[in-house]
Amino acid sequence: MSRMKVLTSSRMGRRFLDSSFAAALATPHGVDRYVEMLDPLWSRTETRAEVTDVERKTADSVTLTLRPNASWAGFKAGQFVKLSVEIDGIRRTRCYSPANSQFRRDGRIELTIKVDPKGLVSPWLLANATPGMLVQISPAQGDFHIPLPHPRSILLISGGSGITPVMSMLRTLTDRAYIGKVTFLHYAFTEDDVIYRDELAEIEAKYEGVRIIRAYTNADNGDLQGFFSKEHLVAADKHYAEAETFLCGPMPLMDSVRAVFEAEGISDRLHLEQFAAPTRTVPTDEATGELVFAASGAKADNNGQTILEQAEAAGLNPDYGCRIGICNACVSTKLTGITRNVLTGDINTDNDVNIKPCISAPCGDVSIDL
Amino acid sequence: MTVTATPTKKKLSPEQIEAFGQELDALRARIVADLGEKDAAYIRDIVNKQKKLEVAGRALLWAGWFPPAMLAGVTALSLSKIIDNMEIGHNVMHGQYDFMNDPQFTAKNFDWDNTIHADSWLYTHNYVHHTFTNIVGKDHDATGYGVMRMTEEQPWHPIWLLNPVFCGLLQTFFQWGTALQEFESEKWFRGEQTWADMAPARKRFMEKAGKQALKDYVLFPLLSGPGAPFTFVGNAAANLVRNLWASSVIWCGHFPEGAETFSIEETEDESHAEWYYRQILGSANFTGSHLVDVLSGNLSYQIEHHLFPDIPAYRYKEIAVEVKEICERYGIRYNEAPMYKQLWSVWQQVFKLSLPDSTYTKGPLAGLREALSFPFRKKQAEQGREQGHVVEATFAA
Repeated sequence: MSRMKVLTSSRMGRRFLDSSFAAALATPHGVDRYVEMLDPLWSRTETRAEVTDVERKTADSVTLTLRPNASWAGFKAGQFVKLSVEIDGIRRTRCYSPANSQFRRDGRIELTIKVDPKGLVSPWLLANATPGMLVQISPAQGDFHIPLPHPRSILLISGGSGITPVMSMLRTLTDRAYIGKVTFLHYAFTEDDVIYRDELAEIEAKYEGVRIIRAYTNADNGDLQGFFSKEHLVAADKHYAEAETFLCGPMPLMDSVRAVFEAEGISDRLHLEQFAAPTRTVPTDEATGELVFAASGAKADNNGQTILEQAEAAGLNPDYGCRIGICNACVSTKLTGITRNVLTGDINTDNDVNIKPCISAPCGDVSIDL
Repeated sequence: MTVTATPTKKKLSPEQIEAFGQELDALRARIVADLGEKDAAYIRDIVNKQKKLEVAGRALLWAGWFPPAMLAGVTALSLSKIIDNMEIGHNVMHGQYDFMNDPQFTAKNFDWDNTIHADSWLYTHNYVHHTFTNIVGKDHDATGYGVMRMTEEQPWHPIWLLNPVFCGLLQTFFQWGTALQEFESEKWFRGEQTWADMAPARKRFMEKAGKQALKDYVLFPLLSGPGAPFTFVGNAAANLVRNLWASSVIWCGHFPEGAETFSIEETEDESHAEWYYRQILGSANFTGSHLVDVLSGNLSYQIEHHLFPDIPAYRYKEIAVEVKEICERYGIRYNEAPMYKQLWSVWQQVFKLSLPDSTYTKGPLAGLREALSFPFRKKQAEQGREQGHVVEATFAA
């Protein structure tokens, strides 16, 4: 089998597979469908990745190392990817930020996933992720990354599993021999909950310009104790107002940091990444929220009708056929939010899934690709 | 397909119909809740087998000058195309595997090894045929795709003496017939639409059919060098085998004796349960081996397919047991017979409907008289129209 991979690993082979001739031979299914018989990782259309290493660094996290295929175009430290895994026959997609340096030499991606016991994907990965597994990832997304040219002073603040994008920034900066000042203020319950504890100690010892401040909310052996406050900020870096600050963590931490920066009128120096946990409220019959039609940019206040009806009322002209859930003509991707099947009452809480707008009504805020 | 003078619909009370609909809804909910890994594994396994058959078929036909390779190549490629169209394409394009959320198995992304454009299919089949199943005047399939006389509700015309020929031709060129279906070209012949009206459909056809023909009739033959004519013939043979098989399977679904057609009026304001009811009355199952089930894309369970078009088709077999039991309890006819019987019944219909209906109602002489007097009646009808009288159309539908 490995000899057969010459088709996907040699330059000639790749040129053939990318050619319109190969596409014409493989019509209508595309080249991928046949090449994956030899090399399941290869794809022209999809970024596939092989899990090469699985580590459980803390009791409630799992760290995956991924070897992406040639479709992967890299990322900027701080950006996130959408990771798709198949659980019980259904592809589930979640956002995670790579924690590795963007200049990592072997080109692999490290994802550290905090396990949410009430969730679906993270407990599944904790229990089932094994080397050799194939997953799909999206191109890197998001504006949360360090601008070029680099600022002379950088303040990183994170809490819990929000450490991953700022860890990537820290590793990238040290990799690149950044000569400015880096201060990293990290919040955790106790020292056992700091996912990269050993590595942080190493970095601190190795690089003069890096200062690491550990704040523990449930223990008193850290550099700081309790939740974020202005005092913490000053203790971490008294020149914080001159630094560019990058923040990622749970909502209460984000809110209190934002409040301090707003009060001082330096919000433009604060860059943040929100990782809202998926909503799991049970929807009520009362129509609430906003329906966003992402492709067209239209918006409407949810009035409880089906998404198809609301799209039409908003002046859009989406495809439809039977309007009773049989024909699939109207199927669109729900990007975020919760929908209810009006025929069965089933609730769909997943993001990035196909739904039938003719029989789906929004429950609260929903964004759909129409 | 026959028209019942008194629709069986009257036999059940509205309350019974609703109760029957609820039982089917409950059955559906139970299956949907169970969809998962098993179904994903099934479709991936079928796709793997189909790909192997396809690669083997193409490779064998490369050496098509060698008769055993030709025979084996045509067999493998025919099976590949049949499985690709029936068990994979038809079913995936119904959204049966959309629950997997895998772009490769999502109806909107899928395309098949056939000349009909996927978008065109989603319209003519998934929407029109499945929503308005067997409603004469709405479901193009019910009236023989516009080129056959398959129900008495299509008025007789001397052209239908060729009904068996049309049927044979449509089966032979089935992939082209379905590809052209959305043109509704009989409307063009009758002057109801212009050449320009057909432009979007024509563009889709050229794009999709062009690619298919290029692959099967130019590129793969060219790769065989001097063996090109053999590869060409082998590919054409595989397409023909697929056409004959696919059309036979489809004919068995709605054309056998006993499958009912409906009028637009009687299906107005139809409830969800009545829609289920019509699907059962208008469809017919055929029995056969497991292989027949796979090669027919489980359309051997046409009734179950019409009830639940978006549930993975290989599950129809288990669903059929319950549907049959429900039908028995409500006294609803469940049309099921071995494949050869259903096909025989279809061909009987094709021949029977080629002659005027009076042949059967009033005797052969009356039929002959109706046929011979057709030109005069046509003239009378035209005169009547000129005089402003309301005249029933006596032309072919």
